[in-house]
Amino acid sequence: MAKPVSSNNLKHTFERRTFVVGAVQGGIGLLLAARMGYIAVAENEKYLMEAESNRVNLTLIPPRRGWILDRNGSPLASNRADFRVDIIPERVDDVEATVEMLGDLLDFEPAQKQDLADNLQNAAGFSAVPVASGLRYEKFAAVSVRLPELPGVVPQRGYSRYYPTGPSVGHLLGYVGAASREEYDEEPIPLLVTPGFKLGKDGLEQQFEQQLRGEAGARRVEVTASGKIVRDLETREDIQGDAVRLTIDGPLQDYAARRLGLESGSVVVMDCLTGDLLCMASMPSFDPNSFSDGIGRIEYQMLSENDRVPLRNKVLKGLYPPGSTIKPMHCMEFLQEGIDPEETIICAGGRRVGNRFFRCHSNHGSVNMAKAIYSSCDSYFYDFARRVGFDKVAAFAERMGLGQQYPLPVTSQFYGTVPNPAWKKEKFGREWQDFDTVNASIGQGYYLTNPLQLAVMSARLATGKNLLPRLILDDSTPVVDDLGFAPEHIEYVRRAMNDVVNGPGTARRARLPIDGVQMAGKTGTAQVVSLSVSDGRSGPWKYRDHGLFVFFAPFDNPRYAGAVVIEHGGGSGSAYPVARDVMTFLFDPQKGLEALHALEKQWGGTAQERLDADYMRFAEAAGVDIPAPPDPITLARQVEAEARAEADAYQDAVRDNRIGNAQTGGEPT
Amino acid sequence: MKRAVTLPAPLAEIPWGMLVPLCALVAFGAAVLHSAAGGSMSPYAGSHLLRFAIFALMALVMWRIPRDWTFLMAYPGYVVVLLLLLGVEILGQVGGGSQRWLEAGPIRIQPSELMKPTIVLVLASYFHTLPVGLINTWRAIVPPAALMVMPMGLVLMQPDLGTTLAIAFGGAIVIFLAGLPMRWFVGAGLAGVIIAPLAYFFGLQDYQRRRVDTFLDPESDPQGAGYHIIQSKIAIGSGGIPGKGFGEGSQSHLDYLPEPHTDFVFATMAEEWGLLGGIFVLLVFGIILRWGLNVARAAPDRFSRLLAGGLTATIFFYVAINLMMVMGLAPVVGIPLPFMSHGGSSMMTNMICIGGLMMVDRWNRQSSPLSN
Repeated sequence: MAKPVSSNNLKHTFERRTFVVGAVQGGIGLLLAARMGYIAVAENEKYLMEAESNRVNLTLIPPRRGWILDRNGSPLASNRADFRVDIIPERVDDVEATVEMLGDLLDFEPAQKQDLADNLQNAAGFSAVPVASGLRYEKFAAVSVRLPELPGVVPQRGYSRYYPTGPSVGHLLGYVGAASREEYDEEPIPLLVTPGFKLGKDGLEQQFEQQLRGEAGARRVEVTASGKIVRDLETREDIQGDAVRLTIDGPLQDYAARRLGLESGSVVVMDCLTGDLLCMASMPSFDPNSFSDGIGRIEYQMLSENDRVPLRNKVLKGLYPPGSTIKPMHCMEFLQEGIDPEETIICAGGRRVGNRFFRCHSNHGSVNMAKAIYSSCDSYFYDFARRVGFDKVAAFAERMGLGQQYPLPVTSQFYGTVPNPAWKKEKFGREWQDFDTVNASIGQGYYLTNPLQLAVMSARLATGKNLLPRLILDDSTPVVDDLGFAPEHIEYVRRAMNDVVNGPGTARRARLPIDGVQMAGKTGTAQVVSLSVSDGRSGPWKYRDHGLFVFFAPFDNPRYAGAVVIEHGGGSGSAYPVARDVMTFLFDPQKGLEALHALEKQWGGTAQERLDADYMRFAEAAGVDIPAPPDPITLARQVEAEARAEADAYQDAVRDNRIGNAQTGGEPT
Repeated sequence: MKRAVTLPAPLAEIPWGMLVPLCALVAFGAAVLHSAAGGSMSPYAGSHLLRFAIFALMALVMWRIPRDWTFLMAYPGYVVVLLLLLGVEILGQVGGGSQRWLEAGPIRIQPSELMKPTIVLVLASYFHTLPVGLINTWRAIVPPAALMVMPMGLVLMQPDLGTTLAIAFGGAIVIFLAGLPMRWFVGAGLAGVIIAPLAYFFGLQDYQRRRVDTFLDPESDPQGAGYHIIQSKIAIGSGGIPGKGFGEGSQSHLDYLPEPHTDFVFATMAEEWGLLGGIFVLLVFGIILRWGLNVARAAPDRFSRLLAGGLTATIFFYVAINLMMVMGLAPVVGIPLPFMSHGGSSMMTNMICIGGLMMVDRWNRQSSPLSN
């Protein structure tokens, strides 16, 4: 580059280069214009949507759950408006500080704070953890104003599930709760993780989840980047879930549950015309009201440590040897096989079979079929079961409902066992022996039944009809097949069973205190351990015999049938008084309640009151002071046993209709 | 462009063709700031207009400065600003922590901003005095390089990458326009390609490196730094052609857009005024920059030419980097948009550039070249 450079050269270079610079600038200007045009025109739709999804926050409103109604339309489960606070764990910055502050605002005890901290730990960030519900407005407001310091805390007005009769329906209805991770994985929809949303966790609440759930409402709000709500845009109301109407008679269910008192047991009552299950009580139970807000540590420990398994539905999942309760049913089979009921045997205190002597509990002398039933003579059954052959007896027992599962909307029911030769061969690889027949003929040995099966057996025996238990009330009238028994056979068995209670039988204390209504029944005692360990009536609770009773009434024209099983009740004497009072309540509520109130005075209150008291005791023993649970609201008291008496008095005045739902007076949810 | 009305002599010398669009742009900026403040003159729009008024007066004063004075002030001015930069650095060391400004009573001076026009001035002065024949020799490149490296080093230590780049860009354009051999620039370009990765790995602060990463892939960090670019594009894109309407921008009003009144003011504007507003802004900048280059071309001597070219380039740098940034074409470097962003420093620098250009424009009308 030896070319000489002049001032003029430089001016030319300058002009060329300013042109280049200008061109580059213009080019960049065009590039920017094109870029902007691309973003604003070609991609406009995409960015509009993103701006909109920035701006608008969609909040789901948990739908109000459908009510669960009893057969008269009174709520067994309803909703109650309340103020609640939840936490969304993944939005919480400092768990400890949040728990501390919330705990102080809501006056939590240390144990409650610990519960909350544990729940937050286990929630793993994805679903809302309930903190408290049923709050008074002042506390709710106190939390609301501190929100800026409490990220992740969601106070809201919502509804909580309310079970007016608490523990009485715990096993039957189950309870509701926030979705677990497994449930969300199974049904990954946003509603499940919406704070305040509860789904059915057990029992009918779970079975009818989809029907009860309803449709979520939605609230669209404008929010800032930091999540502050600027204004509401629009709100779509939720649609309440459909009600489920049960065949259960609410007051009866409550009465039966409470009448079980301190015992561990169950009561089933069926309608003999339709198979409707009027009552499926299982106690002790849990209070589904307190479960629905998440189970506290103390409560759960209390329930799971209880040897009377309050977490098991004994109606469906309690299996017991039926004992003598199956004797009338076996007699019916003997009649089918042509046995003359007047044929007698000599009891002689038992029978020798092979090299073993099988005792009868007494020496009954000369025994015919009726006496075999009302005095529960074992020898009679040893003889005739062997004569007929247990194959046939077992087949008949299955026809009568034992060893069966029924088409009911329940989470699970246990089959139990009706033993027969083929079953024994398959199960144990051994031949059926004579002593197996002897054992099974009186409902011992391998025989296992649940209380529902016993109730079905009783109803079928009483009516001669193939009744199927039914839990959901619809407009249809079930078609009931006839079992094909001769009327005189049915009549004979009814009479013999009536003699158990109203004749010379084993359960004379079970007589109903009602004129013109006689209850027939059959007692049963199921041995739990061999006589060498315990006599079955005293000693440690868990060694005592189970007490059973099957029944129907009125004996000559059966309307209701059922079964009562008291675990380790020490014999049938623990069972039939319960049956007596439950049936008394059905025919005369006032009389039934008088009996119950006297008993509850001894026991220390209703089931709910005792459960609360137990809780307090347990909490104290655990060294933590727990505030008393809130009073149950008087909503829908109609389902409670007392309501029946009132309703009846009312019925006298207004003859043709109960004011039913109007009287329920529940909140309009 | 013949004006219908004849203005009195001093007024006629004012470059109305640039000034009127500029005032319109500032007013438009004030409207956008009004909206960004949630529909209020305070705190942005009012002070924006006030600052413009003050700096417009300053520009008018500069307009009257004779060429000789300006030429004489070049080196002393450079030295003073350099000392101020050094002062900032020392104060920062003493005060423990990075600092970019000096405080003198109510006025806060950011010397790095002053350096942008100053570097252009001093380099124009240098090349003016450099004998024509030496343009191909080391004397044309080493002293200017030294003049640039000193302030750039000080600013980079603050650390302020955006301003460092602005100083480098202004200086480089002056050197380019001064007529140095083309191959040197090509060589420098190649060197840049090689050095850039090295600088990325060894020269940048962590936060600066992250910005580059995020620029290359904004979605990699949607909650962090990439958030700015994503939200800015959402604001511009959702505006469409006509925009959402004045005061209706949800991105800025609901705080999704970061810095809606400073670095991302263009996004705030585009959301509410759409592509039409964007074209208007681009057009006004186009008019101002074209006028600047025309002033440079019309200048009678090397000093004026290079000064005007460099000042134009400085404004251009602001505009281009800012707009490329908000549209996702450049990393987030924190450079405001001239005449629209709220902020005194940027308004001052850009008005100094405008004042300088008006000054050169006046010299052009007197049209007697400055002697060497």
